[in-house]
Amino acid sequence: MCLAVPGKVMEILEGPPEMRMGKVSFGGITKDICLAYLPEVKVGDYVLVHVGFALSRIDEEEAQEVFRLLEQIGELSEPGDAPPAGSGPSA
Amino acid sequence: MRFIDEYRNEADARKFVEAIRGKVTRPWTLMEICGGQTHTLLKFGIDRMLPREITLVHGPGCPVCVTPVEMIDRAVAIARKPGVILASFGDMLRVPGTRDDLQGVKAEGGDVRIVYSPLDAVELARKSPGVQVVFFAVGFETTAPANAMAVLQAKETGLENFSILCSHVRVPPAMEAILSSPGNVVQGFLAAGHVCTVMGYREYEPIAGKYRIPVVVTGFEPLDLLQGIFMTVAALEEGRWGVENQYVRSVVREGNARAMEVVDRVFEICDRQWRGVGSIPLSGHRLRPEFAAFDAAVRFEVEGVTAREPEVCIAGQILQGRKRPPECPAFGTDCTPEHPLGAPMVSSEGACAAYHLYGRRE
Repeated sequence: MCLAVPGKVMEILEGPPEMRMGKVSFGGITKDICLAYLPEVKVGDYVLVHVGFALSRIDEEEAQEVFRLLEQIGELSEPGDAPPAGSGPSA
Repeated sequence: MRFIDEYRNEADARKFVEAIRGKVTRPWTLMEICGGQTHTLLKFGIDRMLPREITLVHGPGCPVCVTPVEMIDRAVAIARKPGVILASFGDMLRVPGTRDDLQGVKAEGGDVRIVYSPLDAVELARKSPGVQVVFFAVGFETTAPANAMAVLQAKETGLENFSILCSHVRVPPAMEAILSSPGNVVQGFLAAGHVCTVMGYREYEPIAGKYRIPVVVTGFEPLDLLQGIFMTVAALEEGRWGVENQYVRSVVREGNARAMEVVDRVFEICDRQWRGVGSIPLSGHRLRPEFAAFDAAVRFEVEGVTAREPEVCIAGQILQGRKRPPECPAFGTDCTPEHPLGAPMVSSEGACAAYHLYGRRE
């Protein structure tokens, strides 16, 4: 129940700002979602949605952080260890 | 699907596991707060990938699981009343009360409806003027903003046939309760990422400081959990404590100010009973006096709410991370998803349901 799902804002509907609604797509399935808690959200943004409300905007730059850390972890492996998956033949 | 699939990459998961293996030198016990996180850990087999030194215990972050029996009994009594529609999140329907559950009331002919959003319940009230619509408002801080908005809308549109049965719970007091209890084994927390999208993580800083414990705000996909575990283990190994944020794509320290403001306008903090655990001070919400008209507990008189739990159910110990589901004598025998004795076997976020679904027998 604290499950929130990422979706893409496809359309923002006319209406009072405190009840702003929008159409959000979840992999092709579109639902009417309340955008009142994200007044600055724009069409094309990705948002996290929980029980019909968008609660936060997904920061695409920060979303890369997990993968940046993985790269760092890969670079820190000692020489003589097995090479990371996907790399070429050892030197 | 974007922002989901890439966080489920198996090769990347193995890299994190290796990194964790490289860091760990001693046994550590970690608790993930949220039931949704428990499910990911079990569904993707992360619990089995981790080095033996790491023990994962599961937290009380399942709002369905911690809803007190008294609330279920009250909801059941209200749903039985003529001229009432009881609207609820689907998970609540099969949570056992003292004698029955909402699904049973529905089967008898009571008007119990599953809704996806509290706004659906408001809409139901708008469309059915002759009928009382009661929304069973269960949830953590993640759900409070939605429930608050529903009440606000009802008030602003003068809706007289809408009310809520409020059973909100708050995470920080639960963490304190776990850390301060004499038998506590938890050394590091993976905090509930979605709660923190609303609340931020300022509230955890004094807790981390008082108990000198690492708290890592963590997401819900496999790579999120693995990174959260990596960050927690690294902190423990290096003797560091404090709050860190793994879930940076969705959480900022200050949270969502607008959402917090609306919650604060409609609700105030109060003590709250947690099923199986007991009363935790300041761990719940109640409607503020100016919204008291929307309180279903006041609007509807109910009798005979006895609130007794089956004795064999050890949900309380499971929700505090003291025992794991297979240690319960009833697990998989008297208590299964088909005939649950307690809430953690019912809820899609419950630890018992997760262990049963993903075949963990020990």
